[in-house]
Amino acid sequence: MTKLIEAEHLYRYYGKQCAVNDVSFSLGKGEVLGFLGANGAGKTTTMQMLCGNLAPSAGSIRINGFDLLEQPRSAKRSLGYLPDVPPLYKELSVQEFLHYCAQLHGITKHAINPAIDKAKQRCGLVDVSKRLIANLSKGFQQRVGIAQAILHNPDVIILDEPTVGLDPIQILEIRALIRELGQDHGVILSTHILSEVQESCTHVQIIHQGKLILSKSVAGLNQIMDTASLQVTTRLPPDTSVLLAIPGVNSIEQLAGNCIKIHHSVTDNPTRQIAETIMAEGWELQELTPVKRSMEDIFITLTQGNDLSV
Amino acid sequence: MILTIAAREFKTLFLSPLAWTVLAVLQLILAYLFLTQVETFTTIQAKLATIEGAPGLSDIVVTPLFGNAGLILLLVTPLLTMRLICEERRNKTLALLLSAPISNIEIIIGKYLGIVGLLLIVVFLITLMPLSLLMGGTLDFGKLFANIMALLLLVMAFAATGLFMSCVSGHPIVAAMGSLGILLLLWILDWTVAMRDQDSGLFEYLSILRHFQNIQSGLISSVDVGYFLLFIAWFILLSIRSLENDRLQK
Repeated sequence: MTKLIEAEHLYRYYGKQCAVNDVSFSLGKGEVLGFLGANGAGKTTTMQMLCGNLAPSAGSIRINGFDLLEQPRSAKRSLGYLPDVPPLYKELSVQEFLHYCAQLHGITKHAINPAIDKAKQRCGLVDVSKRLIANLSKGFQQRVGIAQAILHNPDVIILDEPTVGLDPIQILEIRALIRELGQDHGVILSTHILSEVQESCTHVQIIHQGKLILSKSVAGLNQIMDTASLQVTTRLPPDTSVLLAIPGVNSIEQLAGNCIKIHHSVTDNPTRQIAETIMAEGWELQELTPVKRSMEDIFITLTQGNDLSV
Repeated sequence: MILTIAAREFKTLFLSPLAWTVLAVLQLILAYLFLTQVETFTTIQAKLATIEGAPGLSDIVVTPLFGNAGLILLLVTPLLTMRLICEERRNKTLALLLSAPISNIEIIIGKYLGIVGLLLIVVFLITLMPLSLLMGGTLDFGKLFANIMALLLLVMAFAATGLFMSCVSGHPIVAAMGSLGILLLLWILDWTVAMRDQDSGLFEYLSILRHFQNIQSGLISSVDVGYFLLFIAWFILLSIRSLENDRLQK
């Protein structure tokens, strides 16, 4: 399978400031890559470079096998891009605007109208197609931006914060749309909303101060998040030394009352033994819950420069 | 692809009141000038008839009309061109063009042709005025053609300058002011030479007015036409470079 995007050793300097520092990654068909990062981490800069709006200071980008710098026209043909601010001509109606976009992307004359109809349907714009973009709400404008990016059915779709400004129902619709698009395209989306990545992406990358600090599939990430610990509540105070003796238990943290947190290894899960021990000792088990590490935790741990320790 | 951008630019101009206002105001002012010129002609017509080789209708009406139109368009064209690239950049719509499979050359030339389309209409409407004289008289068509050509080359040069200023400046007003400055300077360059009463070949060559008047007089020489073509090509080239620069660094 050919890679849709291959980015190698990208650097970008603004004056002396390094906004993107040695970022390499690739994207294949059927993958939805989530680009996570705090504000100013270099997400938008990376995306602008991928779309040919900004030349990298060093490094190479290949889209669908075409080098973006050497064959920009062929490379951009398979690219759909929604920047952080949707590029809309406010004085045009939705239909006119999409028609212009279709022409710009070189869609042949007889294929333009079906393409526009499909994009409007997918983004829920059928009812507003005759209205001026200036008069649409922010959410609808965002949808027009997405429609513009998927209009010419590109192999690679790059969306910079696609759900900003949308209401919760629209967010769900857009996430469903992204998953649907991800089935036969390659999608990159940037966001700082972590749950969004968990819900709609297959791969995740965290960028911090211009560097990629994590690059994993969401399944792999879930495994890391699964590490962790058990929260146990008993009616009578438990003897922690007995519990510590159980193989697989790493440490025990005393919480309020008879509530304790048991940290254990992922590979050797001691949940059953812990439950059995508590029963046998007669401490009367009231609660035993696995505590998942949330994506927020991982994000914060990573961006604060700590290792991803278990 | 160039034509797609040009057509969009042209249509967008007419979506705002700007183009309509410009056309209406220009037409009003020039019509007034035209009528005074015609009136002058009718009053001195009798005298002219007695003189051998006297200036005709074309010299008295057409040439001043196109000359005035050139000066007025010098003031107006920067207002029309100021938004071209500048506003796209400010509204972040430039990303749409930059990520589409089109080259910078196509973007710039498309934008340029869009604005030239509007200027063609302006020149066409101005030409209608002297043509209306055909109802009661005759015109020197060679001279009329020279005037049309001179004005066309002139406004195309104005548009190229405006386009370049729109590429480099961050705000439309700055773009308008900048291109007005360049054009006015090139327009009056010749005056200072005349005042000091000495020959300066370089200033004379650079002056737009000089070349414009040469063509207007009916003398279409390759020097003057070449000046305008070089002028246009130079500023379009600079615009393309400037847009390229946008991608390389900010």
